[in-house]
Amino acid sequence: MATLNILVLVCLSYVALLFVVAFLADRAAKQGRARWLRSPVIYTLSLSIYCTAWTFYGAVGFAARSGLEFITIYLGPTLVMIGWWWTLRKMVRLGRSQRITSIADLISSRFGKSNTLAVIVTVIAVIVLAPYIALQLQSVTLSFSTVAATNFITPEDTSGEQATAFWVAAGLALFTILFGTRNVDANERHHGVVMAIAIEAVVKLIALLAVGIFVVWGLSGGLEATLDRIDASPISAWDVPGSRWVGLTLLSAAAFICLPRMFQVMVVESENEDHLRMASWAFPAYLMAMSLFVVPIAVVGLDMLPAEANPDLFVLTLPLMEGREGLAILSFLGGFSSATSMVIVAAIALSTMVSNHIVMPIWLRSTGGTASISGDVRSVALFARRLSIAVILFLGYLYLRLSGGGSALAAIGLISFVGAAQFLPALMGGLFWRGATRKGAMAGLSIGFVTWLYCLFLPSFGPSGVLSQGVFDTGLFGLSWLRPYALFGTEGMDPVMHAVLWSLLLNAGAFIFVSVITLPQPIERLQGAQFVNVFDHSGTPGGWSGGFAQSEDLMIMAQRIMGAGEAQALFAQEAKQQGIGGYLPEPSPDFLNRLERELSGSIGAAAAHAMISQIVGRATVSVEDLMAVADETAQIMEYSSRLEAKTNEQARTARQLREANEKLTQLSVQKDAFLSQISHELRTPMTSIRSFSEILRDTDSLSGKDRNKYASIIQEEATRLTRLLDDLLDLSVLENGQVVLNRETGPLSDLLDRAIAAADVDGKLRIRRKRDAEQHVLHTDLDRLTQVFINLIANAGKYCESQTPELSIRPELRDGDLVIDFIDNGEGIPRSQQAVIFEKFARVGDTKAGGAGLGLAICREVMGRLGGSISYVPGQRGAAFRVRLPLEIEQPLQAAQ
Amino acid sequence: MRPGLKPGKAALFVQQRTYRRRRLADAARMLPILGFILFMLPLLWMGSGQATTASVIVYLFIAWAALTGIAGVISRHLGPEEDQPEDRDRGEEHG
Repeated sequence: MATLNILVLVCLSYVALLFVVAFLADRAAKQGRARWLRSPVIYTLSLSIYCTAWTFYGAVGFAARSGLEFITIYLGPTLVMIGWWWTLRKMVRLGRSQRITSIADLISSRFGKSNTLAVIVTVIAVIVLAPYIALQLQSVTLSFSTVAATNFITPEDTSGEQATAFWVAAGLALFTILFGTRNVDANERHHGVVMAIAIEAVVKLIALLAVGIFVVWGLSGGLEATLDRIDASPISAWDVPGSRWVGLTLLSAAAFICLPRMFQVMVVESENEDHLRMASWAFPAYLMAMSLFVVPIAVVGLDMLPAEANPDLFVLTLPLMEGREGLAILSFLGGFSSATSMVIVAAIALSTMVSNHIVMPIWLRSTGGTASISGDVRSVALFARRLSIAVILFLGYLYLRLSGGGSALAAIGLISFVGAAQFLPALMGGLFWRGATRKGAMAGLSIGFVTWLYCLFLPSFGPSGVLSQGVFDTGLFGLSWLRPYALFGTEGMDPVMHAVLWSLLLNAGAFIFVSVITLPQPIERLQGAQFVNVFDHSGTPGGWSGGFAQSEDLMIMAQRIMGAGEAQALFAQEAKQQGIGGYLPEPSPDFLNRLERELSGSIGAAAAHAMISQIVGRATVSVEDLMAVADETAQIMEYSSRLEAKTNEQARTARQLREANEKLTQLSVQKDAFLSQISHELRTPMTSIRSFSEILRDTDSLSGKDRNKYASIIQEEATRLTRLLDDLLDLSVLENGQVVLNRETGPLSDLLDRAIAAADVDGKLRIRRKRDAEQHVLHTDLDRLTQVFINLIANAGKYCESQTPELSIRPELRDGDLVIDFIDNGEGIPRSQQAVIFEKFARVGDTKAGGAGLGLAICREVMGRLGGSISYVPGQRGAAFRVRLPLEIEQPLQAAQ
Repeated sequence: MRPGLKPGKAALFVQQRTYRRRRLADAARMLPILGFILFMLPLLWMGSGQATTASVIVYLFIAWAALTGIAGVISRHLGPEEDQPEDRDRGEEHG
């Protein structure tokens, strides 16, 4: 047990070392001294998380059980890496230009940013990962118990192991949470984590090489002897199933591209597309070095260790057997490194997916999308990530418990590989085929996933697990073509190859078929074109090339949008947080995110994103961004057009108000003029009445004739005054609309006769009439109409200045109206006066005839009340007035009569 | 399949350097196919009965090393696209 304690101590100090490395790397990155952190060497080493405990322990076990077959797991990734020009280059370019955060993000972005698709990918990824995590737990647990045991045979008692496994899982969860979510900005690159992984990559390579060298030169006695030993071993015959050789090579190639953790280090953490150039040959070399001594170790282990020894642990048990404690601890550390680095990156990748595609959308929806407080979002994201790490490790532990934990490591790993490979059709289809649609991807992924579940994942729990023995023997619901290991009657196949064949066949088939028969949405088509032709659309994207010049640009922009004071406060606060004085903080991703959020409050999220992208120049603006901008612009335009309409309406109202005001002002002027007129009109007769009555009273020596004359003047003026007051009263009544019309029926000729008689113009004025045109019967207020006629005839009598005054009265039917023209042979009314003759107190020329000037005004009011009009007709030699009276009211009366 | 060589855009004659680079890219594309053939070749030896695990190991590692070497040579000459000036390093110094 002393050894076990030492092991725990070694593990803890190793973990502490990793923490220090990660901390230093993060600090260096923050201070901008991280150039060496971004070297292609580090990138290549970070890819080594492909080599997990499966490689470190499992490969030897795999080789001991099935000979050279283990090597296919490394040949596949080698082919992918040296073929980087086909796929990886495109994926890395896309990852940078589209700001991809995970494989779920890539697939959902390609198919029109469908969150449903992202959720499907995330769920599949979480379930697929469980066996893989279980593999790591099992290997670490086994290595602990092997070191603890003394006979190099893994103890059979599994209850103690399960407890160890639980504590290993809990420890790894804690470790990953502390390690992977230290950084708040989990969207961005984890310099510290990548650096620690690079260290672990070196540790596990050195450990495996050291054990290999020890075995070949220390135990076997050189290369020649080792080859001889291989020839003498149980795995000497070159005899592998061809289908598995081809199938596993292709499967591992697919898994290398599709595993979420590989995607994380290869695409998301990628600093520079150019790093792929070095990785294209350096990573295959790394893989080659890792597998170099696998067969020798397996052969020597088979030869020297007891038959019951677990071949998965030869790497550890061989040095232990030889008493090389130091080498054993190094070997243990190598295995520990392999397991931890895989768990860290896989958990980070998956927790990012879970938090971005599942937790955050739900949280944002539940809070009504008002994530204005940045701290809120961050703490929720961080909590979601931590929780999902714990859940993912717990799922791994659960899988280990349920599957019994007795399987070979490689067999467990292959289950995960087949599951991850289900992403391949959607991924490759999305990258190279513009016709691929979202529905196709969903159909393919779902069918492939279900087939994998049924043919490989669920059967892995054994006959006592989810699927009963009956299902294995006779198929689901007794349908023999639904047997998990013999779908559609394909009996006798290797279970893994069987699952690979059917799941990928059905997956790709459904993907292609549904893609062909469905129509993509516009956004899908645009994204598809962007993805497939990414090299046409984007230049070589640079990294975050920060600097003060950019901060200044950002500040200028922010001031314009948010206002100077607010923007300055924001920048100063951020600078203070970053430990920089002044107003210009480093344009860190964190700050840019915050700024974007702040700006999006003012100008909309998409526009804010586009503006910052423009200034930072980090990435091309995606089509989706542009469409969102267009949407926002459309909304703004609609809003502004509504504003414009309102403005027009207000302008109209203002114009109406102005007109009304002008009218009121005019009316006020008219009223003043009227008052002064009326006082004048009243004053004149009053003055003469007063003076003549004074003469009558004060002068006693007046003759009777004079007295009579003065009295008659007074009487005349009083009459005039009365008439004036009558007229005024009459006009007032008419104007106020209080007049009651007394409708009667009578012929026009009678009316004219009466008017001529009343006008008292006999001898002064010759009247010319057309008797035959006067045969109309009128139904109207005859008295009022007569009053109008009297007025017109009397006016002609008064004002016609001809030698032989003459007045023609010509009734006529025109447009259904009765039109009566009164035309005299005088000089007419001057043009300048024509406009005002119908106004009150308007008199033409000198007041020689002594009218008050109310007559025509009364005429106009009367005609208005009667539904007709009166107007002056110019150009008729003399003064011409036209009375127009609607005649339709005449018709029913005629009919009635 | 080949980005940047759309009809209308493609010139019939290009500079020799560009031409070299394109052929090198072709070679980079062919390399995984060559690798696949090399890695699958041992399957054909199985019938003969003469091949052993040891000999296949030696063959595989030689093929593997050769592929790695070729990939290294190709990627060395298949540098950043020539129309991109080498300003990335300068950018990194600022960051």
